[in-house]
Amino acid sequence: MCTYQTEKLDVEGSGKGAAGWFALSQATVYVDHPQHAPAEHTLNIDFLNPQHGPAARVAVELTAQSARALAAAIESALAATPPGLI
Amino acid sequence: MYDAMMAETISITGHGGDQIEAYLARPLGPGPFGGVVVIHHMPGYDPETKEITRTFAVHGYLALCPNLYTREAPGASPDDAAAAARAQGGVPDERLVGDVGGAAAYLRAMPVSNGKVGVIGYCSGGRQSFLAAASLPLDAAVDCYGAFVVGTPPEGMPLKVGPIVHLASDLSCPLLGLFGADDQHPSPDQVAELDKALTEAGKEHEFHSYTGAGHAFFAVNRPAYRPEAAMDGWQKIWDFYGRHLAG
Repeated sequence: MCTYQTEKLDVEGSGKGAAGWFALSQATVYVDHPQHAPAEHTLNIDFLNPQHGPAARVAVELTAQSARALAAAIESALAATPPGLI
Repeated sequence: MYDAMMAETISITGHGGDQIEAYLARPLGPGPFGGVVVIHHMPGYDPETKEITRTFAVHGYLALCPNLYTREAPGASPDDAAAAARAQGGVPDERLVGDVGGAAAYLRAMPVSNGKVGVIGYCSGGRQSFLAAASLPLDAAVDCYGAFVVGTPPEGMPLKVGPIVHLASDLSCPLLGLFGADDQHPSPDQVAELDKALTEAGKEHEFHSYTGAGHAFFAVNRPAYRPEAAMDGWQKIWDFYGRHLAG
């Protein structure tokens, strides 16, 4: 199915796309049919900078299990970071 | 039988007089031929949708698929364009109608046209096919598992779509609906509700729901592909368009 539901957030940082590194300004998170992953539905994340056009995009398509593991790993890495480091 | 055809990218006039990209496939015989506007699915104006467009030409139709994401992402790859369009809220209904209307006008103006034009859409395009048929003078419409013709989208959904079942009485042409019994968008109950609304409005329609198939069962490059449902679905399309568009 197309869930249509899209979480959109502003982000700061950089991503590496087809044309090299670029500054990120936005990310979208949604569950939908993947373009490439061999699954009917995946958790998709696009890291974007719309000012640089649609091709300024770093995309991932993850199984639900992988997406949850990623979210937990991010939280874990941040929690283990000494205060004030980032 | 002479079976040559050609396919190419062209520019057509869409909503608001905008020039938009479109993929045209047509038989090279003398005609006259019926026309089909192909509305791509939410993942965009991709190689598989172009293959569908060529398939209509193989079967004797002038087929034209407008790139509905031309404005958001001119020249971008289909997946980047779909992501950009999605992030910006998707295709507004009014613009969709204008773009399909422009594509239909292009087809009718072709010297080999028989003057008849149908529409077909997949996924989000299924809803848009219904919307086009309720908004434009057309000769036949096919809705392949279009979500949110019936049913309210989830709270907070950023896309500019809402239920349009109330437009059933405005339908300008017969409607063929092809659905997967395992789909939840649209669910079997929503398909039944649309069926009922069309019957009450006195609109000619025929619906087929395939057991063992879910959403996107025509998509040959995805795990959702169900060959049995898809092959039967194509036969239903040839029969339906044969009655309403051919000759």
